[in-house]
Amino acid sequence: MDLKGCSIVSIRDFPKEDIQAVVDKALEVKSGKWAGALDGKVLATLFFEPSTRTRLSFEGAMVSMGGRVIGFADPNISSAKKGESLADTIRTVTGYCDVIVMRHNIEGAARLASQVATVPVINAGDGSNQHPTQTFLDLATIQEEFGRLEGLKVGMLGDLKYGRTVHSLSLALALFGTKFSFIAPPSLRMPEYTLEQLKGADTSFIEIGDINELNDSLDVLYVTRIQKERFADFQEYERVAGAYRIGRDSLKLLGEEVRIMHPLPRVDEIVEDLDKTPNAIYFRQAHNGIPTRQALLGLVTGTIQ
Amino acid sequence: MTEDSKLKVYALESGTVIDHIPSPLALKVVEILGVQHEGIITIGINFPSSQLGRKDVVKVENLKLTPAVTDRMALVAPTATINIIEKSQVVEKRKIHIPNEFKGMLRCPNPNCVTNVEGVTTHFVREGEGSKPTVRCIYCERVYRQPGDLVV
Ligand SMILES: [Zn+2]
Repeated sequence: MDLKGCSIVSIRDFPKEDIQAVVDKALEVKSGKWAGALDGKVLATLFFEPSTRTRLSFEGAMVSMGGRVIGFADPNISSAKKGESLADTIRTVTGYCDVIVMRHNIEGAARLASQVATVPVINAGDGSNQHPTQTFLDLATIQEEFGRLEGLKVGMLGDLKYGRTVHSLSLALALFGTKFSFIAPPSLRMPEYTLEQLKGADTSFIEIGDINELNDSLDVLYVTRIQKERFADFQEYERVAGAYRIGRDSLKLLGEEVRIMHPLPRVDEIVEDLDKTPNAIYFRQAHNGIPTRQALLGLVTGTIQ
Repeated sequence: MTEDSKLKVYALESGTVIDHIPSPLALKVVEILGVQHEGIITIGINFPSSQLGRKDVVKVENLKLTPAVTDRMALVAPTATINIIEKSQVVEKRKIHIPNEFKGMLRCPNPNCVTNVEGVTTHFVREGEGSKPTVRCIYCERVYRQPGDLVV
């Protein structure tokens, strides 16, 4: 795998071998092997849509590996507000830096940016479409726990219709012979076109409405938040959200060894009594954002091979 | 179909006959080919067809449509066959070539897609095989099952 000069726009662009290689590299970075690798490199963070959490994760990744950061976090001070086209903004910024990290509310904005930039563009979220670094950090966390991505039993719970993290993660895991259990209310099921694409060898899935219907223990349960805005009626939301809340007592159904993951921020879909159990790995998962983003920044700038 | 009725449709001294269009798409085909104002066009609708059940036929007089033009039908009428006629003889017979990529040919229906916001040329890739292709927008990555509806 040589990603030098490549943009990271969508998990779809990555064959299985490259996904595995990026994940391995992220864990190598976490072990301390590439300290200072980004020395002298400049990252431009362009957040047309604010996301403090994601921006800090990228900036922290860059700075703690020796790099520097320029950019804007508030679209109101950017040139986009003055009517400049996205392509022109990118053409300008590309001359100031070695790599661009961009978040935008418009779907496909990162693809467009990667076509006009002369430096690599890393997509930090484009509307409801892709957020590939989240997928890589999720995969790195699974690899760290199990020592492999191949052949795991993975449940995904909650809002599987609108949650872009579960779409991208399931597309990637489908390449590794995953046994999926998709657990969602009828109105928030995994979209048909996403299911159709889960065609990797040995990959299979079941769709159920409730963790009580699981007929096998899970290796991983990936929990997502069910948002109020998806329901016209507040009482209906309360009823549905309550049925998809995971706590310590859920472990009996999920398997005592199950690892619970969540993209964070959590509201109340995971009860806090789970936090101190060895099953809860969602904070470690969030922390893996730093080495995963460092690995990607290093790979695309050619400072990590 | 009798020989007489066949003649009614195929008798053409020079031009292009587009056969095996799934019914009722003849008018849509004429629109997509952009030949509405190109002289005499005869449209036949609902002919019996062993292959399609019912088919439409479009006859364009005195115009030999190139593959670049007729391939625009790929997503609407992939089963269509093209017959180029000279001196009442078929001089060329060809099928529709379904390309793997469509640039600037389709409109992405997603209002939040960058192609609708930044005025970028649209770009779709084909995903499905056979006569029922689906397409994916390379920008917003959405998949569309009725790509014929996206033709601009
Ligand atoms: Zn689109």
